[in-house]
Amino acid sequence: MVELNAQKLEDFKGRYKLFLTILVLAFVILVIRLWQLEVVRGTELLRLSENNRIRLRETRAERGMLLDHNGEILAHNRPYFEVSLVPEDVKGSPEVLPLVGEILKMDPDEIEEKLRHVKRRPPFQPVKVKTDIDWTEVAILESNRVYLPGVITEVRSTRAYNYGSLAAHLIGYIGEVDENDLKKTNGGSYRMGSTIGKYGVESQWEDDLKGMDGGRQIEVDALGREMKPLRSVEPYPGNNLYLTLDLGLQRAAEEAYQDKNGALVAMDPKTGRVLAMVSKPAFDPSLFAGNISSEEWKALQGNPFHPLQNKCTQGLYPPGSTFKIITAIAGLESGLLTPKTAFPCVGTYFYGNRNFRCWKEGGHGTIDLHRALVTSCDIYFYQAGLKVGVDRIAKYASEFGLGKKTGVPFPHEKSGIVPSTSWKMNTYGVPWYSGETLSFAVGQGYVNVTPIQLARMISAVANGGTLFLPQVVEKVESTSGKVLRQYSPVEVGTVEVSQATLDFMRSALRGVLHEPGGTAAGSALKEVEMAGKTGTAQVIKLAKDFKRGDMNRMPLKFRDHAWFVAYAPVVDPQIAVAVLVEHGGFGASAAAPIAKKVMARYFGIDSPPPMKEMEIEEPDAPEGD
Amino acid sequence: MLIDRRLLIHFDWPLLGLVLLIASVGLINLYSNTVSMEAVGTPAYLKQFSWLLIGLAVMVTIASVEYRHYSDFAYFAYGAAILSLILVWAFGMTTSGAQRWIRIGTFSFQPSEFCKISLILALAKIFRRPPSREGYSLRELFLPFLLLLLPTLLILKQPDLGTAIILFMIFLSVLLFVKVRWSSWFIMVAAGGLILPLLWTFLKEYQKRRILTFLNPDLDPLGAGYHVIQSKIAVGSGGILGKGLMQGTQCKLGFLPEQQTDFIFSAFAEEWGLIGGLALLALYGLLIWWGLRIAVQAKDRFGAILSFGVTAMLFWHVFINIGMVLGIMPVAGIPLPLLSYGGSFLVSTLMGVGILLNVSMRRYLF
Repeated sequence: MVELNAQKLEDFKGRYKLFLTILVLAFVILVIRLWQLEVVRGTELLRLSENNRIRLRETRAERGMLLDHNGEILAHNRPYFEVSLVPEDVKGSPEVLPLVGEILKMDPDEIEEKLRHVKRRPPFQPVKVKTDIDWTEVAILESNRVYLPGVITEVRSTRAYNYGSLAAHLIGYIGEVDENDLKKTNGGSYRMGSTIGKYGVESQWEDDLKGMDGGRQIEVDALGREMKPLRSVEPYPGNNLYLTLDLGLQRAAEEAYQDKNGALVAMDPKTGRVLAMVSKPAFDPSLFAGNISSEEWKALQGNPFHPLQNKCTQGLYPPGSTFKIITAIAGLESGLLTPKTAFPCVGTYFYGNRNFRCWKEGGHGTIDLHRALVTSCDIYFYQAGLKVGVDRIAKYASEFGLGKKTGVPFPHEKSGIVPSTSWKMNTYGVPWYSGETLSFAVGQGYVNVTPIQLARMISAVANGGTLFLPQVVEKVESTSGKVLRQYSPVEVGTVEVSQATLDFMRSALRGVLHEPGGTAAGSALKEVEMAGKTGTAQVIKLAKDFKRGDMNRMPLKFRDHAWFVAYAPVVDPQIAVAVLVEHGGFGASAAAPIAKKVMARYFGIDSPPPMKEMEIEEPDAPEGD
Repeated sequence: MLIDRRLLIHFDWPLLGLVLLIASVGLINLYSNTVSMEAVGTPAYLKQFSWLLIGLAVMVTIASVEYRHYSDFAYFAYGAAILSLILVWAFGMTTSGAQRWIRIGTFSFQPSEFCKISLILALAKIFRRPPSREGYSLRELFLPFLLLLLPTLLILKQPDLGTAIILFMIFLSVLLFVKVRWSSWFIMVAAGGLILPLLWTFLKEYQKRRILTFLNPDLDPLGAGYHVIQSKIAVGSGGILGKGLMQGTQCKLGFLPEQQTDFIFSAFAEEWGLIGGLALLALYGLLIWWGLRIAVQAKDRFGAILSFGVTAMLFWHVFINIGMVLGIMPVAGIPLPLLSYGGSFLVSTLMGVGILLNVSMRRYLF
């Protein structure tokens, strides 16, 4: 072995010369290059290094605009003037700071403080001193250019939202990148100080909107003035987005809420396009584009009504009586209920060891399914629910998209809960009690949904059983007007529902608005027939034992949430809405009028602005729990 | 063991002297370039000094155990290195967009650095068995190739293009050193020509940009192009005599990117000029030449390949790094041995030196 080794080692010795040659060659290359840089080009490069003349100046890309379905501009960029100082250039001339302070009406000490405050700044990088200065200030600064070395006035642009807080949760906002954004966009073109979409469409379509920042490598003189551009990269503007939103509809919806809180989703039932999306209270998205003060931020964060949460996708509420639609369909489709199935209602229903009430104290008498839906009789649906069974109801609830994410392109969407016997076993480890079926059948108890789920559920009822992906962006266009991407409707599921059931449901839901005794009869439009269902989501159990009249005296936070889901016209539906008014009390009085206003706007039959008295004139519509 | 008198007689003092000399230059340079910065905590040169002490201790330990024992746990070391790379991948710390670090308490290290040494160990162990007269066949190269591929992919994932390139260059150099059949070379080059375009698609956008920028710096005048230009300005402005210790403006004012790590040579050349640059190049040349001599004078294949691998590692680090700083190599993020700031790299370099010392002082022993 040793001998063999020794023999084989000769190979290595033979290679010594080869490797030595490579080594020498490599070092000769380095030496030549070193010579070239330090001796041949030494003077030239020394000149460049003196005073560090080469600087980088960023040219920000124009962010894409957001437009509504009809091309109305919702978000764009507003130019403004900004003054910055290059501390290195200012250092040599002590008279600059007082002069700048005088022109900008700022204390020179304050300016100095700003210059000193910036940490980890690359040398000769300008420091922002004042933004949004007015024209006269710009003019004075520019005419005194010679006396102000190192002072830079630049046109920048900021995000402007034309309609303030309108559709704030859908549009979203932008802000300065933070550590997290930089981590997420690893290797991307963001630097500290650049802006990025933080929320809503601004964030989800960031890649389309941001464009590509450009910049210039420039040589400057001793006063920091640009001498000659060396190289430059032109910025590439971001693309414009056309939203599915209808500005007029959105405004009507938000105005209808007045000072109430809640959420509304209006959808095209044939495409899943979101026509309006309201979450109240809202926020002013332009707050975030500038530097939001910590007080403003705290106020938003600490607000008990959660203005920063998009209640359409993140708010979970029991669906209340709107869920009777599901119970009815499950019963009809399984054959356990027929249009003729009748149950008696005497105002209370004793089951197990508990007394369940109907919202109507005297009871509805013996009624059929149609009337039970129209009048929202609870006791009818307790008995219907027992007959159909929890798992059948749960199956249809899931098929209609309740209890799962709709896939709307916003993060942190909540999925909600559709309970079933197996769900209960898995979650609590105890079997389902049949008493719980009673609550479930009328949309109370464990079941929890988001407003956008209900909007899609009622859309599916309207269109005959198709679930669409909710879409908020219609198309992406380049600044030159070329359509880059068009979002076509995406079907994500269908529910098998027979034509007979669909016809029956249509007639019953129409009755809710257009038949005597219908729970939303007061919110019908004369011109267009609507179909809908009211609902009241209990906030606390206690509410059940409260008499109706007591509701207004209850503390706001214990009052029930009001629901209304509807579509119109009854034949060939074009719009579907889900309205939630938080702590609004009864669905019919709080939520249905909002839906009415939205529908009226959609069909162009707005009534004159409602007067305060009108609320009283409306018949005090009854409502189930 | 070190107690053996003969080992002390044969100890490679010139090599140790050379390494200490370069390391001292490195410390002075680091001091000169960082002392004026408003640093928080321990200054960089002091940290580097403590790493140097740790590294020297590791080096002496590695040199004192007879290197033939290393072949017993070469694969174990390799496995440990791979495991630590997987740990980085799973729980590693991310700094400036790359996940390269493992943190244990306040102490963090870069497993990819030690991967270089363990790859050399594993390759030396495999190629210890001499080939047939014509050289190694493709089939015999399959396992070594796998040994290269595994850590390379894990390191590319971090992403750390520089270290991956070094691993590849070490592998290629070792193949040149041991005898490989001409037919195998031909097939490998042909396969490489086919795979390279595929590899290109694997690179991250910024890595592609760096390579393209290397070929044409104008492509990214605001990023890498700017770095290279500032680096060239730094080197060039040094002139023949340099600006003098602590006088480098390019570095002081932060025009140089990574001036303590990858671009340390431009800071050095700015202050020490052509004279200093040539002197430092001479020291590196001497070091690598010395390593090459140790490799060809080794008494067995294992020692020869081991020391050659280390020498190749040093050579590629020096050549690619200085080439990059001078604008003739891509900006690949490869540090300069004994000069660049960074504990893991310093320790792994000194581990390599320990191996060289080990092989060198035992060249007459068996």
